Amino acid sequence: MACVNADGTITSTAKELLQLVKEPYSAEEIAEKLKRPLFKVRVSLRELNEAGFIKKTDDEKYIISEAGKAKI
Amino acid sequence: MNEINNEVVNVLPRLGSPAPQFEAVTTHGTIKLEDFKGSWLILFSHPADFTPVCTTEFVGFAQIHPKLRELNCELMGLSIDSVFSHIAWVRNIEEKFGVKVEFPVIADLSMEVAKKYGMIMPGDSATETSRAVFIIDDKQILRAMVYYPSSTGRNMDEFLRVVQALQTSDKNGVATPANWRPGEKVIVPPPKTQEMADERVKDSSFECKDWYFCKKDL
Repeated sequence: MACVNADGTITSTAKELLQLVKEPYSAEEIAEKLKRPLFKVRVSLRELNEAGFIKKTDDEKYIISEAGKAKI
Repeated sequence: MNEINNEVVNVLPRLGSPAPQFEAVTTHGTIKLEDFKGSWLILFSHPADFTPVCTTEFVGFAQIHPKLRELNCELMGLSIDSVFSHIAWVRNIEEKFGVKVEFPVIADLSMEVAKKYGMIMPGDSATETSRAVFIIDDKQILRAMVYYPSSTGRNMDEFLRVVQALQTSDKNGVATPANWRPGEKVIVPPPKTQEMADERVKDSSFECKDWYFCKKDL
């Protein structure tokens, strides 16, 4: 994984992303705000979602989960 | 071995068709081709990590990466090497050549992506990918592809030029002549009827050699 390590710890870029999604944002908005390429944001979001650290909302945005809050 | 070779050789992507989708382990995590939707992508393969010609190419690709990004175009490399080999090589390039490789590199040990894109040329090498380049647009359509043999390093300026030319054609409904560079005249598509041909040669906004060969400034 690129932003979630095998031992469950997360990278600094993942932490930065989790900090941002305390409010719901779309992948495009996150890429814009963090000034990261969109494909990298999509990869990180998929990993964080699979790890249970963020949730996808009905309107295609992402928000931090309780498990995610424990990581930052 | 012949069956494997035939399977590898017979699959080639087609220009103008959707680029074959894949999910692959890379130096930036697991990436799907669809992650690049909305931006252009140059997907390229190289024969092997820690080899001299490939190293010069990685330096070259890394150097044009900022210019490609200005064109909303990303880069992604591929070879039949492990992700650990890629990481070690990329770190070595930064240490020895002072160039940071910021694009992901696919570790295609299963050759899954290489087979989908016809990157393996058994007559050149059955165990390594050739120097293939695929330019994929923001809608994930394959727009250009180039193959070089393992002995010949690629010309980075040409890939930059092709992306600029394709984007110019898309935006303006024109074609670009041989050796075209941004800022130069572009080619207007030839008229499709005799009436349109008559009108074309009378139109002073075009620079025409004949009815079928007209250029204009953008």
